[in-house]
Amino acid sequence: MKPTSHAFADNAHRALDDATLQQALAKAGVGFVAKRRAAVAELPEFDALRQAGRAIKDHTLAHLDHYLLRFEETLQAAGGQLHWAETPDAACAAVLEICRDAGASIVAKGKSMVGEEIALNDALEGAGFEVVETDLGEYIIQIAHEPPSHIIAPAVHKTRAQIAALFEAHHRQPGLARPLESVPQIVDEAREVLREKFLSADVGITGANFLIAETGSTVIVTNEGNGDLSATLPRVHIVLASIEKVVPNLEDASVLLRLLARSATGQEITSYTSFFTGPRRSEDPDGPEEFHVVLLDNGRSRLLGGAFHDMLRCIRCGACLNHCPVYGAVGGHAYGWVYPGPMGAVLTPLMVGLEEGAPLPNASTLCGRCEEVCPMAIPLPKLLREHRRQEFDRGLVAGRSRWALAAWAFLARRPALYRLASRAGARLLHKLSRGRGRFAKLPLAQAWTAARDLPAPQGDTFMAQWRRSKRG
Amino acid sequence: MRVALFVTCLVDLFRPGVGFAAVRLLERLGAEVVVPPEQTCCGQPAYNSGDFANARAIARQVLDAFDGYAHVVVPSGSCAGMLVRHYPELFRDEPETLARAEALAARTRELSAFLAEHGSADTLDVRFAGRVAMHDSCSARRELGIGAAPRALLDALGAARVEFEDAEACCGFGGTFCVKYPDVSARMVSDKAHAVTASGADVLVSGDLGCLLNIAGRLKRMDSPVRVYHLAELLVGIDGVPGIGDGDTR
Repeated sequence: MKPTSHAFADNAHRALDDATLQQALAKAGVGFVAKRRAAVAELPEFDALRQAGRAIKDHTLAHLDHYLLRFEETLQAAGGQLHWAETPDAACAAVLEICRDAGASIVAKGKSMVGEEIALNDALEGAGFEVVETDLGEYIIQIAHEPPSHIIAPAVHKTRAQIAALFEAHHRQPGLARPLESVPQIVDEAREVLREKFLSADVGITGANFLIAETGSTVIVTNEGNGDLSATLPRVHIVLASIEKVVPNLEDASVLLRLLARSATGQEITSYTSFFTGPRRSEDPDGPEEFHVVLLDNGRSRLLGGAFHDMLRCIRCGACLNHCPVYGAVGGHAYGWVYPGPMGAVLTPLMVGLEEGAPLPNASTLCGRCEEVCPMAIPLPKLLREHRRQEFDRGLVAGRSRWALAAWAFLARRPALYRLASRAGARLLHKLSRGRGRFAKLPLAQAWTAARDLPAPQGDTFMAQWRRSKRG
Repeated sequence: MRVALFVTCLVDLFRPGVGFAAVRLLERLGAEVVVPPEQTCCGQPAYNSGDFANARAIARQVLDAFDGYAHVVVPSGSCAGMLVRHYPELFRDEPETLARAEALAARTRELSAFLAEHGSADTLDVRFAGRVAMHDSCSARRELGIGAAPRALLDALGAARVEFEDAEACCGFGGTFCVKYPDVSARMVSDKAHAVTASGADVLVSGDLGCLLNIAGRLKRMDSPVRVYHLAELLVGIDGVPGIGDGDTR
């Protein structure tokens, strides 16, 4: 996907003007926040769990090479195959080769953000495979030809009416001309269309929430069960994962699972939590003949030990998106690439480059709500600020902003001069306000006054009045 | 007790009355209030714009100006948070300055927290019986964990506190954010202004002038009847004092 993060301001403007999108966002935001709050309130040890989860990730990241090699061993012992992929291209190539070797024509795909990151659907379709997304949200955006707008709820930007219209346009065939007014009707229709695909798919691709070094297992959580069907019905199962998903053992995974479900959807546990360990064994009633794990780096190993190290703890729960006032206002597409919201504003510049992604870390008030709800206690505001520091140091800040900042800092570092200048400014603005207390318009202040008045200074500065009162 | 007041640049420029209110409240506690003249700003605009060199230079200036005072009080959660949380971060790799920054952090309090800690509730000489909505700035709430102190002070005034929807949400000020991304900021402050107006509050207060300029600006644009003051102003009495963004005749 070609990023449009550089155009965040325009993207955001369009999103704010889109009444249907605003309707969808308003509904989703409130629901996620309330559900998480209730789930956390019911678990007095949530904060202790959060500390434990963080410690697990910190430990694993400190010994990542060990746990990844251990995972490779145990995976192979269970009969699975590991494909190391340093880049998105290498990951796509590995998947394509497996699909070709399997003689596949239809590929069923469960939801995978790594799949989005490497633009796997484009690669598969370009190579002539039919790709069917089996997660309802992913399926909706697939037929709408849109990228996901949320990392756990990809179609959250769509209203029910939009989805019904999409289904009517895409499923118009005998037997499927049912009314699509209620959510159950929509879900039933999707189930009917997708079941057929599950049964005919040759390869199933899923993501992974965790990889378990001790057992060679991969873990996914879903609420639709589509992951299980994608994994077990086709002959070949490919798991797409990135390197920071590995954890030492099952107990560690259980700590993180408890944090993940509550943070993501406010559930104690998701409807399906599936563990896959190798291909079908002789005594198994079902399962795939081949089991592959494609393990993506895409720059993550470079983050180890650096300024963005903490970001590798992210378990992709989406809580930071759900609680972000900027995400809530503009939705995920405005961020212009795969990962939106605060976590996306940290990751995108790291993956597509700071030149392209620079607006994202700037489009934040650093209000800190994301860090507050992050189950992995990732200091997201600090990381956003670190991007700003690098942007400034590399001279990528636009000339006008840079000059304004330099002029202000010049004064702020010279108290006597600053007092003169601030005093002149305060008195001038006070005079211009002519007792009205505010400005509806002011030269050079359009960005402020477009939507709000600018309160006028009360008169002379505090410092001048204090000195005059002979106390200073 | 000697208290050094960090006026903050916004109070100095836009609302000196907040500074004088803070002085009166502190003096009622028996404090001798000093205003070090070498103060300008805490450096946050540079820090949050990624200009760490200027942020450090300004932070050093603050360290020097407030050297030797046992108590440093700031009528802003945002600026207090900068001193308490971010100065140590800025000097992480400079052990000598870091020690000074940590010492300053330990001596620094946001105004309402300081007042509540020192029994200000018993020294108030006005009452305010109206309905008051209290907006916590994100820095006060999340960087400094302040919430109970301003509310205890409002209760001591006899104010009827009213809650409003989505109070934890940011007002959309965010320093330079509000002019870099004006339409996103406008949307956020509109939501806040609507929630405050819908609460039926007579007055909105906060401990942070940045939020207040933003929210008051939107409330006035919407012709909302809610009047806006800094908490310190309400604590010394607002009779005859126009609210933020209100004209003289009101």
